[in-house]
Amino acid sequence: MKWRNSLAENFILITGRTVKQAAGLHKGKESEEYRRATELVEMNSDDMARLGIGEGQVIRLRSSAGQVEMPAHSGTVPSKMIFIPLGPGANSLIGPETEGTGMPSFKGLTVEIEPI
Amino acid sequence: MKTIVENATCTFCGCLCDDIFVEVEDNRIVRVRRVCANGRGVFIDYDPRPRRPIVAGREVEWEEAVSEAARILVQADSPLIYGLSSSASEAQMKAVELADLIGAIIDTTSSVCHGPTSLAVQAVGEVSCSLGEVRQRADFLVFWGCNPAASHLRHFERYSLRPKGRYIPNGRMDRHMVVVDVRPTASAKMADHFIQISPGGDFEVLATLRALIQGKEIEPKSVSGVPLIQLQELVQRMKACHFGVFFMGMGLTMSGAREYNVRELFTLVTELNQYTRFFVIPMRGHGNVAGADQVLTWQSGYPFAVSFARGYPQYSPGEFSAVDGLVREEVDAALILASDPMAHFPRAAGYQLKRIPTIVIDPMMNLTAESARVFFPTGSYGVDAVGTCYRMDNVPIRLRKVIDSRRPTDEAILGQIIEAIKRC
Amino acid sequence: MLKIINGRVYDPANGKNGQVEDLWVKDGKIVSAPADDRLPAQIIDAYGLVIMAGGVDIHSHAVGAKVNAARKFRPEDHYGSTFERTSCTRSGSGYTVPSTYITGYLYAKMGYTTVMEAATAPLLARHTHEELEDIPILDMGAFITMGNNHFIMECIRDGEMEKAKDYVAWLLNATKGYAIKVVNPGGVENWKWGRNVQELDDEVIGFGVTPHQIVTTLAWISDELGLPHPPHIHGINLGRSISARTTMETMAALEGRRSHFCHLQFLSYGKQPGRLHRSEAAEVARMVNSQPNLTVDVGQIVFGSATTMTSDAPLQYRIHQQTSNKWINDDVENETGSGIVPINYSRHNAINAVMWRTGLELFLLIDDPWQVLLTTDHPNAGPFVCYPQVIKLLMDRDYRAAMFERINHRGRKDALLPELKREYSLYEIAIITRAGTARALGLKNKGHLGVGADADITIYADQDDKEEMFAQPRYVLKGGEVVVVDGQIMREVKGKTLYVAPTYDPGIEAHIQQYFRENYTVSFDNYPISREHFPHREMIHCP
Repeated sequence: MKWRNSLAENFILITGRTVKQAAGLHKGKESEEYRRATELVEMNSDDMARLGIGEGQVIRLRSSAGQVEMPAHSGTVPSKMIFIPLGPGANSLIGPETEGTGMPSFKGLTVEIEPI
Repeated sequence: MKTIVENATCTFCGCLCDDIFVEVEDNRIVRVRRVCANGRGVFIDYDPRPRRPIVAGREVEWEEAVSEAARILVQADSPLIYGLSSSASEAQMKAVELADLIGAIIDTTSSVCHGPTSLAVQAVGEVSCSLGEVRQRADFLVFWGCNPAASHLRHFERYSLRPKGRYIPNGRMDRHMVVVDVRPTASAKMADHFIQISPGGDFEVLATLRALIQGKEIEPKSVSGVPLIQLQELVQRMKACHFGVFFMGMGLTMSGAREYNVRELFTLVTELNQYTRFFVIPMRGHGNVAGADQVLTWQSGYPFAVSFARGYPQYSPGEFSAVDGLVREEVDAALILASDPMAHFPRAAGYQLKRIPTIVIDPMMNLTAESARVFFPTGSYGVDAVGTCYRMDNVPIRLRKVIDSRRPTDEAILGQIIEAIKRC
Repeated sequence: MLKIINGRVYDPANGKNGQVEDLWVKDGKIVSAPADDRLPAQIIDAYGLVIMAGGVDIHSHAVGAKVNAARKFRPEDHYGSTFERTSCTRSGSGYTVPSTYITGYLYAKMGYTTVMEAATAPLLARHTHEELEDIPILDMGAFITMGNNHFIMECIRDGEMEKAKDYVAWLLNATKGYAIKVVNPGGVENWKWGRNVQELDDEVIGFGVTPHQIVTTLAWISDELGLPHPPHIHGINLGRSISARTTMETMAALEGRRSHFCHLQFLSYGKQPGRLHRSEAAEVARMVNSQPNLTVDVGQIVFGSATTMTSDAPLQYRIHQQTSNKWINDDVENETGSGIVPINYSRHNAINAVMWRTGLELFLLIDDPWQVLLTTDHPNAGPFVCYPQVIKLLMDRDYRAAMFERINHRGRKDALLPELKREYSLYEIAIITRAGTARALGLKNKGHLGVGADADITIYADQDDKEEMFAQPRYVLKGGEVVVVDGQIMREVKGKTLYVAPTYDPGIEAHIQQYFRENYTVSFDNYPISREHFPHREMIHCP
């Protein structure tokens, strides 16, 4: 899929559990803690620099299943990879295909990123 | 009045730590010790106050909610029962009984977690052991595609990396730990070796390891981003250890080849047993998802993605698994037990739950419950409800309750729904 | 009150060999005829029918961790064998590893009312009990594996026999078990180092004790505690050509103490030139005949699909290597291990043919039917639903001879079986399937139809084809309730869990608590199973 904006780039999305996401879940999924813990994307700092994305800046992510906007933070991910904690934010990007296994592609999905 | 409960069990994850110390004052939990950061909320954040069920957005009496739930399920042509993994086996048995009664599809969170692991076991088997064997004997650990430092916080300390054992007198110092992942995680920082793999490269690397173990020559100098020399060293260390254990997680089950990744790992472990003792333990995420597998299997023959529509159990992952059933609109009502698929499913599947009548049975209001037609606020297993759970290594643990219950259990609610349906 | 009239009663424990007698049942028990003329609420006319006590299975892998792992990993076992729900039964599936409800229904339909779960790891006993509660109709108990238990081996090493005895008693109480099970003593521990044992004097790695010491100590303990069933022994070298020799050595080592050797067929092989084992049934039977305090069950091979599953983890690895079939292994901390491998026995396979012969030879050469009991080590040698076929093989020598002719010719070579013309009578079948098994188990109220017995009663049509006769009884009563009529489940009743509670010196608990802290990953306080967790239970007393 092509963006009109030539700054969009493809990344590999990994989702997973974090301690903050677990803590937020206990407070309730409508809680501020949960939202803050799950609506964020970890990016490689070199990638952020190259795309001109500042720490905490909201970016748009888009996959074949949907799109979402969330703040980017620098984290220990290799270049061209992003990490989003398990939750509704990440799930906007995950498609429903399970290839006959029951398991959607929660990891390894190709996602386009665009700074807004 | 203050009471102390010792050896309570935390049900947050598959570790099921059963050494939790809880201080209770006037039936309120005031202090919890030994629990990890993830599990703390199970005790401290739980609100046990009596609540009434909700039907169509308003609070009602229990009987009315039970009748409405029964009506929904009886009128449905293709009901789905889903979840089960954060509940005790007694409630899980009731869920299967209900599914059998109404000819429902029943699926557990395994289908979006370790379902691929079950598929792998069914194909190639599994060489495993209890966690105590790891404590007593394991001198070589590989964490593949999992991050205990985020998901199973006491795993290293209680079971795998640090504890002293009969044949591991020096604990950590007698062990070598490897982490294999696509990114350097907090767990990787604690490893003696970290192997970084390109996303989707697990299958290739595992196949390469199998070949290296059998003494085959490998031409490429690197495989999926991993220098061959690292893999050769890993193989040497694995063959030289006394008792090696792989722990595996979503990095394998959720990526690309899914169950084929797991099959490759399990076959590798089986083949390593020609040289030394090697094992694999899947890192089960929820407190009793292992129990959900067990209960559904012993009552139907199959661990997840089961349909009773024909009057006998049929097994078909990809067909009777919840995400698929929802997305293909093959499900016209849902009962969600102790789970929050709206928070964990791909949006298209979660969205379907809003379009069909849904019943949620859970200790707390969650995203699925918010848009459900019926919500039953029940007790919380291990906090104000007793029950039996199964640890990630399938060791059964009996939960105590630490405070008196002021809400019905999910087991009781399911029983009432079953009775109401039988009376229809 | 219920009365069964005009039936021919086969009740070997009370010397009844087909005489026509009435039976009276009240409150779940067999009672004497009432003194007054009161009419029974129900009469079953068993004219021309054969009446026996409900079947008692002394060794079956039916419930628990290992069985459920096998169910999970063998969906292919279930696809062709499904059971629809009815108004009074649950649905399910499975052939060699049926689901819990189906296990109860199939046993009951076959006229069995009591089944012993053959092996449970102590740490996993709670799982066994959860499944036991779910099995409808049958009364069941669980044997607890102890032959590779660290605490016991340490006691043996240190010469602390009383401590070992108290620990065993504590363990049976904690696990709500029925008997001591011994599986490949020492071998399963050695497997944790990739090794095994081969001789009774081999050393167990890390403990310095021998299989000989383990077996004799547990036999002594069982006698001291007065357990109703003696140690149930799956010996060393199962499946190997040295098995007959070491089996007989193990029997001799017990020096006349009560003991039970299970699935003896798998442990009765000898060596001969070439790659095929020979049946040493004659030698082994001779040994059994000389040991009146010893009972055995055969573990008869049935051609067709089976699932091997035992606590004998190194054995299971060997089966995996030999068959290349998928393999599950589960080593359990401080206690035991297990393994599962699917298998298929074929009459065209020479090895399977010899195994099949060996079992039948044991049946026919052990003189006293009270000592040789019928099992297929379900599902290791065959599924329990095939017991009627085994009965026919024992009662009908022509049928046996015809099957013999169809097995692999190398399996027929030098065979003793064709010369063995013995045919079991109904009376003897009643012994090997109920009276003898109940007596060996020490179940005083099972396996017979005398006053005071549990009213578990099976009524068969007397048919020439004994397989058909025993496959579908006319009536089956459990605890005085009619549960099966002509192969249909009429009602589900709850079965009881049978367990023992031998006494022990409570001082042992402090030692065990310390031991838990140093060795386990569960809390000592959470380990024992309390009686409240299974409401349907019966404690069998240790005298």
